Amino acid sequence: MTAGIPLEHGLLVAAGLFVIGFIGVLVRRNLLFQLLSIEIMLNAAGMAFVIAGARWGEADGQVLFIFILVMAAAEVAVGLALLLRLSNRFGDLDGDSVSSMRG
Amino acid sequence: MTVIFYLSSVIALLAAAIAISRRNAFHALLYVVVSLLAVAVTFFSIGAAFAGALEIIVYAGAIIVLFIFVVMMLNLGPQAAGRADGLLTPSMWFGPALLALTLLVELSVILIRAAGTGTSDTAVGPREVALSLFGPYAIGVELASFLLLAGLVGAARLGSGARSTGGDR
Repeated sequence: MTAGIPLEHGLLVAAGLFVIGFIGVLVRRNLLFQLLSIEIMLNAAGMAFVIAGARWGEADGQVLFIFILVMAAAEVAVGLALLLRLSNRFGDLDGDSVSSMRG
Repeated sequence: MTVIFYLSSVIALLAAAIAISRRNAFHALLYVVVSLLAVAVTFFSIGAAFAGALEIIVYAGAIIVLFIFVVMMLNLGPQAAGRADGLLTPSMWFGPALLALTLLVELSVILIRAAGTGTSDTAVGPREVALSLFGPYAIGVELASFLLLAGLVGAARLGSGARSTGGDR
């Protein structure tokens, strides 16, 4: 890396962010917070790509970061639309209220 | 640059950890924005300035604003007026403001250092990224456009019925 930062430290930070997002998905029952945690996880994955790309001085890391960005944008658009539907139908954002199907 | 990298990494982890433990969605969103800005500063410090700019513009600027819109739409109830009272007390905005101020100082150090030496610290610039994106990865760009179109259609379809009482197919 350019400033002499070891690759392991950068990847550790990305892994820490991912774990924090993962804990958020598991612990929180509010669907809005779960979507936010998924954003943190996707951001951590993109950070790992950028750091690894900077380690070897290649542009591929940033290219894949752009793809992750696109995927996060599409995911959050559909997820938030679903969130609005759920809050209209069930009145709250609790994930457990939609855990059973009434088919 | 090493100090800046580690300091903003700590800020990113700290803000993310605080964000997922808030009760109020607005405060969580503030801390998530700070976390994303801190990740962008780490990108600047390792020489990936283009990715850092995209992180700020798309993540903090577009995706989180989308979250804020949805949170504001969800608050459209009779209880929303009382809920908005406690949002701007100093104890609520002081933490994110302090972290964001630290990030601003770090970014200023990066910019001043780049201006002083006359050479930017960009290891991989936008030119290399663009040549790679529209060269070997062109098929990925096409697939990303498919994905965005599918996301647009899905969000429009799901969002069009969001105001009704539901039950439609």
